[in-house]
Amino acid sequence: MTITIKFFALGRELVGKSELQKSYDESVTVGKVLEDLRAEYPRLAQMPSMLLAVNMEYSGEDTVLKDGDELAIIPPVSGG
Amino acid sequence: MIEITPDPIDVQKVMDAAFSPDCGGVVVFIGTVRNFSRGKDILRLEYDAYPEMAIKMLERIVDEIKGKWDIRKVAISHRTGVLKIGEIAVVIALSAPHRKDAFAACQYCIDRLKEIVPIWKKEVAIDGETWIDDHA
Repeated sequence: MTITIKFFALGRELVGKSELQKSYDESVTVGKVLEDLRAEYPRLAQMPSMLLAVNMEYSGEDTVLKDGDELAIIPPVSGG
Repeated sequence: MIEITPDPIDVQKVMDAAFSPDCGGVVVFIGTVRNFSRGKDILRLEYDAYPEMAIKMLERIVDEIKGKWDIRKVAISHRTGVLKIGEIAVVIALSAPHRKDAFAACQYCIDRLKEIVPIWKKEVAIDGETWIDDHA
């Protein structure tokens, strides 16, 4: 299964891209994907805190991802 | 009307989307780019957004508002990209039969926007740039 991961603002700058795809052989939690991202992009540790969204809904690390899901790394928001 | 736009916001258009014949008033909030922040002189702001989710969250805030107050129409426009000092970053207009509801709901709307809507601003000052964390 393949999932899309989106980065914005500080996250996009730290990772150096706005989007990437990851494939897994079996179902995977948001927390596991995050662990893999942190290993691959150590600069993510510079983000003071983050929220996560799956298919545009705020979501926890224990959410199980399905094929085609979109995971977004949401830095602290500051609109307005 | 809810939009995330890279173009300058037409305030009149947002207000027009909120007017309603059964209402006695429209409250409008216009957020602009200030020239100072946290003791620094600001040159410009750069806004980034996750537009599809931002619209979804703004729609949720509108539902929340309509559950709390007697509000008839809500219009919200938020800009993205590079904004100069004094430019308009966000416009909220909402109408209600009675003004108290409209004032309270408008305050709630901008407060919630800053809490849950995936939009980010980077302050560019003379001595560097910072992504703002209002919640730190």
